[in-house]
Amino acid sequence: MNPTEYGPGPEPCFTPGSPTKFVVPCSRVTPDSSADYLSGVNRVLNRGGRLVSLWGSWADERAPVLFSAFSDAEGLLLFRLGISALERTFPSIAFLFPLANRLERAVRDLYGWDPEGLPDPRPWLDHGLWTRPPMVPPGVSPAERPVREDSFSEDYRFVRVEGEGVHEIPVGPVHAGIIEPGHFRFQVVGEKVLRMEERFGFTHKGVRSLFRNRPLGEAISLAGRISGDSTVAYQTAFSDAVESATGSVPPLRARWIRSILLERERIANHLGDLGALGNDAGFGFGQIQFGRLKEEFLRTNQQMFGHRYLMDAVIPGGVFRDLGPGEITVLRKECSRVKEGVLELKTIYDEHGGLQDRFSGTGWLDPMLAGRWGLGGVVGRASGQMYDLRHTHPVPPYDKVRVPVSISRRGDVAARVQVRFQEIRHSLSFLDSVLESMPDGSFFNPLEESFSGSEGIGWVEGWRGEVLCWVRLGTGLTVLDAHCHDPSWILWPALEQTIPGNLVADFPLINKSFNLSYSGHDL
Amino acid sequence: MSGGAGSVLGSFFQIVLVGVLGPLLVGWVNWVRGVLSNRKPPSVIQPFRDLFKLFRKETIRPSGTSALFGLAPYVVFSAMVVASLLIPVVSTVSGGRAMGDAIVLVGLFALARVFMALAAMDTGTPFGGMGGRREMMVGFLAEPATILVLFTTYLLSHSTMTGVTSEVVREGSVLPTPSLVFGALAYFLILLGENSRIPIDNPATHLELTMIHEAMLLEYSGRNLALMEWGSSIKLLLYLLLGISFFLPWGMSGSPGWQGDLLALAALGGKLVVAGAALALFETLMAKLRIFRVPEFMTLAFLLAILGFLSHFILEV
Repeated sequence: MNPTEYGPGPEPCFTPGSPTKFVVPCSRVTPDSSADYLSGVNRVLNRGGRLVSLWGSWADERAPVLFSAFSDAEGLLLFRLGISALERTFPSIAFLFPLANRLERAVRDLYGWDPEGLPDPRPWLDHGLWTRPPMVPPGVSPAERPVREDSFSEDYRFVRVEGEGVHEIPVGPVHAGIIEPGHFRFQVVGEKVLRMEERFGFTHKGVRSLFRNRPLGEAISLAGRISGDSTVAYQTAFSDAVESATGSVPPLRARWIRSILLERERIANHLGDLGALGNDAGFGFGQIQFGRLKEEFLRTNQQMFGHRYLMDAVIPGGVFRDLGPGEITVLRKECSRVKEGVLELKTIYDEHGGLQDRFSGTGWLDPMLAGRWGLGGVVGRASGQMYDLRHTHPVPPYDKVRVPVSISRRGDVAARVQVRFQEIRHSLSFLDSVLESMPDGSFFNPLEESFSGSEGIGWVEGWRGEVLCWVRLGTGLTVLDAHCHDPSWILWPALEQTIPGNLVADFPLINKSFNLSYSGHDL
Repeated sequence: MSGGAGSVLGSFFQIVLVGVLGPLLVGWVNWVRGVLSNRKPPSVIQPFRDLFKLFRKETIRPSGTSALFGLAPYVVFSAMVVASLLIPVVSTVSGGRAMGDAIVLVGLFALARVFMALAAMDTGTPFGGMGGRREMMVGFLAEPATILVLFTTYLLSHSTMTGVTSEVVREGSVLPTPSLVFGALAYFLILLGENSRIPIDNPATHLELTMIHEAMLLEYSGRNLALMEWGSSIKLLLYLLLGISFFLPWGMSGSPGWQGDLLALAALGGKLVVAGAALALFETLMAKLRIFRVPEFMTLAFLLAILGFLSHFILEV
C-alpha cells in the first residue's frame, strides 16, 4: 500500500524517534476537502480496507478535527479531516462503511457536528437529556449549534415490523439479573424474532470530557476503567499511544510482561464466558467448574499484580512491577494446571448432547457479512475472519512467540465456543513459552518529555477484539484529548444481524456468546 | 384416622405436613444440586428463610393491575393446599377421600395455572405475557398425558380415587406391571414439565427472555411472592407424592392407627429423599431444551402414557 493514494500529506502517525517496531504501523493522511476525504475512503473500501473507528476532537478552540481510522494488510490508516468551524458539518461515510452509522451519530451527539448525507436522523448517545452537545469547548458558544428538534424527542424511533400476529417486546435497560444496562427491541411472531434493534448510551459517563487536560497518571487509570473486563487491553493501547506520541521506548522486558497480562486477561474472560454460556443453556455445572478455574486465576492475579482484574498493572513507559524467577515458576505451573482442567471440561461440553443442541445452529452470523464488515475479535474469527493483531501485525513478543489465529467458519454459538476454547489453549502455550524465555532488563523506562500537540495511537488485540486508543498530549505530560475505541462498536451491529430467525428465548445465549461491552461502547 | 373428628384432625395434620415438606423438598433438591456441581450447597432450610424474609417484606402492586393480580397468589396457594387433601400422603385411607378424585386434582392444578397465567398477563409487561403464554403451552401439552396416566391406573383399580388406586397397587403384586412402568416414566416427564424444572424451564435463571414460570412471578413481591413460591414448592411435592402413591405405594399405612402412620411417615421421608436426589441428579446432567423442543418432550410423555394404557389391555387383561 502506498498511503499517497489515499490523500495528501501521508506521514507516520507517530512522533519521530518512537519505537515503530513496538506498535502496529500507522500512516496519516490529511484530506484538504470533503471530496478528497470521500474519495480517499472510497479507495480504502475498494482496496479491501475495513473501518476501525471514527471520532471527533478539538485540536484547539477554532479547529475541530474528525478522525477516522481504517486498517488493511499494512496496518492502520488515519484520516485527519479538518472541519470548518463555521459550518460544523462533515461528510458521512456510512454509505461506504455501514458500521460508521452509529459512530457518526455519536460524533453528532457529542460535538454537534452534522454528518452530511447520513440518512439516520436519530440520536445515539444522547437520550434527550443534553441541552447542548457535551464536547463543545468552553470558548465556543453553544448557541452557534443549530438545535435539532428530533434528537431531543424522548421517544426513540425503532424500526417496527407490521403484520398479523407481529408484536413488540422491549427488554431492558433494567434486567432481571445483574448485568449492564442496554435496551433491546424485538419484533416477534410467537417465539420467532423478525427483527431486533439495540439502544445504548445508558452507561455514558463522559469519558471523553474526563480525559481532557488530565495529568497522564490519572488518564491511564481512567483508560483502565472504561471497560473493566478489558482493563489490560485499554491500558496497553493507551500506553502504546502515549509512548508513540512522546517518542519513548519501553524496555523489551516490559513488552513481554504486558503480553503476559494481556493473555491472562484473555484466558480469565474466556473461562468466565464458557461457564456463563453453559449456564445460559441451563447447564449450571459448567458455570461452577469454569468459575472455579477463573477464580483461581484471578487470585493469582491478585497475588502477583495486586489486582484481580489486573487494573493499573500497565503504565506508559513499561509495567508497574517486575516478575521474579519464583513467580515465573508459579505462573508456568498454573498454566499446565489450567490446561488440564479446561481440556477435561471441553470433553464434557463437546459430548453433552443437550448443550451442543443449544449451541449449534443458534445465532448464525453470516461469514459473508463478517467479511464485508471486516469484523474482528472472537465474533469475527468464529465467522471465518482471519483478523488477529497478534498474528497479522505482531509486535514483540508476538513476533518471536507466534500465536496462531483461532478460527471457525460455522458462525454460530458453537463456533464462538470453539474459538474461545482454542484461544485459551493457544494463550496458555504462548504464556508458557514467553515465561520460559523472558528477556532481562528493566521493566520501566521514564517517558520522554512531550511537546504540545503531539499525537500517538495504540492498537491492541484485547480478548474481545481490537482496542484502539488515540491521544493528543500537551506539554508536561498532560492529556489534551484522548479517544478509546471498544471493539463492541463494530460488533454490536453484527449481533443485530444475527438475531432474526432465532427464538426469543435463545437471545440471551447468543448475546452471551458475543459478550460485548456496554460501558466501553457508551463511553 | 377414621371418623369425623379424627378425619378433620388428620386432614389438618396432612396440610401442615405438606406445607412444611414442600419448601424442605426444594431445599433438599437445591442442596443435592449444589453438592453435585462441587460447590458449597445452600442450607436445606434456605427456602424457609426466603419465605420468612418475603413474608416480612412490603408487598407492592404494580400500577394498572386489576384485582386478579392480588387474588392469584391466594387462589394458587389454596388450590395447592386443597389438592394436598386429595393425595394419600402417609396412609391410603386418609381423610380427604370423600372430597374428590384424581380428575378433581388435575382440575385444581389447572385452576392454579390459569390464575397464575392470567395474573401474569394482567401486569401488561412483555415478560408476564410471554411467561403466561409459554406456561399455557406446556400445560396443554402435559394435560392429555396426565389424564392418560391417571386412566391407566384407573384400569387397575377401577377407581379414580387416588387412595383406592394406591391401596390396590400396594396390596397387589410386588412386581410392578408393564403398564405402571410406562405410566411412571410418562409421569416423570410430566412432573418435570409441570413444575418448570430443567430441561423445560430453569428455576435458577435470571434471563427474563428464557423464563417460563419465573417470568410470571417477576412483578410479585413480599407476601404475594411468598405465597406463589410456597405454592410452587407444594406443587412439586404433591406431584412427587402422587407419583409415589401410584407407583411406589409400598410402605404406606393401609389401616388406621398411629404406629402404622409413624412407620409410613418414615418410609415417606426415605422415598422423598431418594426422589429429590434423583431429580437433582437429572437436572444437573441435563441442559435446558430449546422452547420448540418442548412439544417433542411432551409428546414423548404422551406416547409413553399411551404405551402404558395399551399394554394393560395387551399384557394384563
